[in-house]
Amino acid sequence: MSTQQQEPETQEAPEDPEMKGTQSPQERRLEEKESGLTEDADSAGDLEGETVHLKVFRYDPEVEGKQEPRFDDFHVPFEKGMTVLDAVMYARDEYDSSLTFRHSCRQAVCGSDAFFVNGKQRLGCKTQIVELEQPVRIEPLPHQEVVKDLVVDMDHFYDQMHAVEPYFQDEETPAAADLEEQRQSPENREKIKMSSRCIWCGACMSSCNIAAGDNEYLGPAAINKAYKFAMDDRESEAIKEHRLRILEQEHGVWRCQTQFSCTEVCPKDIPLTEHIQELKREAVKKNLKFW
Amino acid sequence: MYEHDVIVVGAGGAGLRAAIAANEAGADTAIVSKLHPVRSHTGAAEGGINAALQEGDDWELHAYDTMKGSDYLGDAPAVETLAQDAREDTMRLEHWGMPFSREEDGRVSQRPFGGLSYPRTTYAGAETGHHLLHTMYEQVVKRGIQVYDEWYVMNLATSDEDDPNDRECHGVVAYDVQSGQIEGFKANNGVVLATGGPGQAFDHTTNAVSCTGDGHAMAYRAGAPLEDMEFIQFHPTSLPSTGVLISEGVRGEGGILFNNEGERFMFEYGYANNSGELASRDVVARAELTEVDEGRGVDDEYVHLDMRHLGEERILDRLENILHLAEDFEGVDGLVEPMPVKPGQHYAMGGIETDENGQTCINGLYAAGECACVSVHGGNRLGGNALPELIVFGKRAGRHAAGEDLGDPEIRTGYGDDVEDETETDLPVQPGAAGLERSGGVAADGGVAADAEGALERAVERERDRVDRLMNKDSGVQHAEIRSKLQQAMTDYVNVFRTEAGVKKALKIIRECREEYQDVYVDDPSTTFNTDLQQTYETRNLIDVAETIALGALVRNEFRGAHWRQENQIRDDENWLKHTLVSWDDGEPSIFYRPVILEGEEKTYEPKERSY
Ligand SMILES: Cc1cc2nc3c(=O)[nH]c(=O)nc-3n(C[C@H](O)[C@H](O)[C@H](O)COP(=O)(O)OP(=O)(O)OC[C@H]3O[C@@H](n4cnc5c(N)ncnc54)[C@H](O)[C@@H]3O)c2cc1C
Ligand code: SF4
Ligand code: FES
Repeated sequence: MSTQQQEPETQEAPEDPEMKGTQSPQERRLEEKESGLTEDADSAGDLEGETVHLKVFRYDPEVEGKQEPRFDDFHVPFEKGMTVLDAVMYARDEYDSSLTFRHSCRQAVCGSDAFFVNGKQRLGCKTQIVELEQPVRIEPLPHQEVVKDLVVDMDHFYDQMHAVEPYFQDEETPAAADLEEQRQSPENREKIKMSSRCIWCGACMSSCNIAAGDNEYLGPAAINKAYKFAMDDRESEAIKEHRLRILEQEHGVWRCQTQFSCTEVCPKDIPLTEHIQELKREAVKKNLKFW
Repeated sequence: MYEHDVIVVGAGGAGLRAAIAANEAGADTAIVSKLHPVRSHTGAAEGGINAALQEGDDWELHAYDTMKGSDYLGDAPAVETLAQDAREDTMRLEHWGMPFSREEDGRVSQRPFGGLSYPRTTYAGAETGHHLLHTMYEQVVKRGIQVYDEWYVMNLATSDEDDPNDRECHGVVAYDVQSGQIEGFKANNGVVLATGGPGQAFDHTTNAVSCTGDGHAMAYRAGAPLEDMEFIQFHPTSLPSTGVLISEGVRGEGGILFNNEGERFMFEYGYANNSGELASRDVVARAELTEVDEGRGVDDEYVHLDMRHLGEERILDRLENILHLAEDFEGVDGLVEPMPVKPGQHYAMGGIETDENGQTCINGLYAAGECACVSVHGGNRLGGNALPELIVFGKRAGRHAAGEDLGDPEIRTGYGDDVEDETETDLPVQPGAAGLERSGGVAADGGVAADAEGALERAVERERDRVDRLMNKDSGVQHAEIRSKLQQAMTDYVNVFRTEAGVKKALKIIRECREEYQDVYVDDPSTTFNTDLQQTYETRNLIDVAETIALGALVRNEFRGAHWRQENQIRDDENWLKHTLVSWDDGEPSIFYRPVILEGEEKTYEPKERSY
């Protein structure tokens, strides 16, 4: 089954980028995200001694009663610092051992636990329960096949990541043979810093309307991965051009309609839309050179 | 059945490096991992990679620091190999595009770290492990190395000669988490275990949920001894609710530890009158727990780490990521309130006994990374020494498994004429297998398996039967209950402070867990993504691993590195310059000792006091 049809509950109207003066929409979104404006609510406040009400999506293709997707309610005792991941782990360990979801690091580095929480893609381990309105509705990432409960099929996401030749191509460097250190300026390192933070959680891809409509679209994470290599001065110009050719194909950067949904959900605050825009400009520059 | 030359189990830093090396040596190589590679816990490492890169530094200094840090329980051939190869292997990462932090002249940056005589910790922001993991995964993709991801390895397929030194490993049995299908993976040349740490044996840990010591337990039950398991590093500043690590950086910048009375206890109670908060990890961890035990802990559980006095500007400049960690994982704003911290299990110095080529006493079975004990860390690991271990020994294990000649090892493995049997310690309970489990051993169904296929088929059958048993049983105990009892016992009694009575109590509880495990069942009836089944397997492994940790902690009656014993609070070089080995012997653990090797290539490392 697929959640392809599900519409996010809190669809936001596309905003007019002109509204906020000279600030780019990118900057504004990042700022809002930092100040917590896009959170559902902080009204939940202090939950000490109370229970948290979760509504969790359940589905299993082979278990009777679970073949039709449903929501199960769990009431979990609140503890200070409790995250969405803590809450579903508690529900699984204490109430229902068949409740299934991916998770590992519990610290926002493994990218396993992107869920659709109260209508938005978020990492379970990085989302404090107190910041959410109750009942907390936890669903698998939209636009991906659901394998079971909160587990989605990530193969398509991985395929797209692999499609951009996501590895350093060092054929051109003279130092390769004797492993002499390649130099890189701190500025250039800074340039690729944000792009290199991606943890492959898939939240961006799941939030993207274009990706939902065009299965072959590379998607924000893969394009960002390519950005990291294309902008790294340690690779040669020739390889950069090769990368741009991959990116400007039909299902590449030009598909992006700068809706910013990816940037808004990225748990690592990567300015995805900005990176895609920059690659569009680079592609134009490269093509002009050949005309 | 799947078939490859080299099967690498695990896709963290050690597994990926081993796979790349085996592939480069011409072997048909596959990785089997319960997590997709980029989900591995190597991604959580922040600090850096120690390697002598600069002029003025050299590998001999690195080796010396490592040996001193190990409290003279590292084996010199391994320590020297680490220090010699770290440069080349770190530079190789650079050539693979790893985004290291840079100096103005374009060279990779290095910084000082605890216990190092030269600033040789090479880093990539505060995300060194993340970049190391992703860079190596990229190289795996580039080479087209086959990855079976979300396949859980359940057991090894080994031959069943009486003496483990005569056994041979032919492959592994794994199940596809997505479909529940159980399959044999035949390894024509060798199996490399790279399954990471066993932190989940403890209630409070900086390790991931997936760090369940599977490789340890599988190798152990196949007959390879586990070495120095009592040496567990506890990190003094982890967040109480999740175990997320707050780096030493906070204390380095001037962060202060307070008890519930607002006293700066490191000084007030004389735990470390000179270095205070910056004393070594084990000293600070013991001080914190003493405060809590004596009633001066906050909420009877933790202490406060305060950085507010550093001022917003400095905090934002130097420690911004700490603010995010405290906010995201503990719901605390480090700018307005102190952060709660307590000691958490962090790293296992011990592991599967291997030689410098990564090989165990079982032919064709290798181990590398945190699951292995080669041993470079001895009694205590220096910060920044685990990541180079992954790449140096991951590479060696991969190459050797692929058939390359790396020279004869100097480190010996397995039971042999150079070991000494443990004879003195009384055990409070019988350790090892209970009931039904006993018949699950290597030589269970009698006779030596004729060939590799035979060994593999029988191993597959055994796991299918076991899964059927677990799935068909419809009442009993669930793994979560046993696991939390086990974790609690380890944290209560085999933590930073260890007493004979406490460790014995832990062994009793571990025994109870084993007995309860006889009655374990899997409630989820599904073959699709059955994490209930997977965790039930993992819990069994945790029981075996926890028991070896407790056994080691009981027999080693001295204070060395991270292991502290109340009854003998000195480093006892007279009696204890030796490794502890625990071997499963068909269900009944036996304990023996092997002398440490302090003779290096050119010099002998003389034990000195470990003071900084
Ligand atoms: C928070 C933190 C910070 C750290 N910081 C540093 C640092 O700054 N510097 C440093 O040197 N060290 C650091 N360390 C230590 C270091 O990161 C680890 O020791 C190291 O990354 C372990 O790597 P590994 O490859 O052995 O295991 P892991 O990266 O844990 O990988 C284990 C792999 O095995 C697989 N696996 C496990 N069991 C099975 C099974 N049954 N079947 C199939 N696959 C299986 C998993 O899927 C995974 O891919 C840190 C550790 C932690 C926890
Ligand atoms: S770009 Fe951000 S949202 Fe997308 S996969 Fe990477 S970390 Fe996740
Ligand atoms: S559990 Fe690893 S990112 Fe959340």
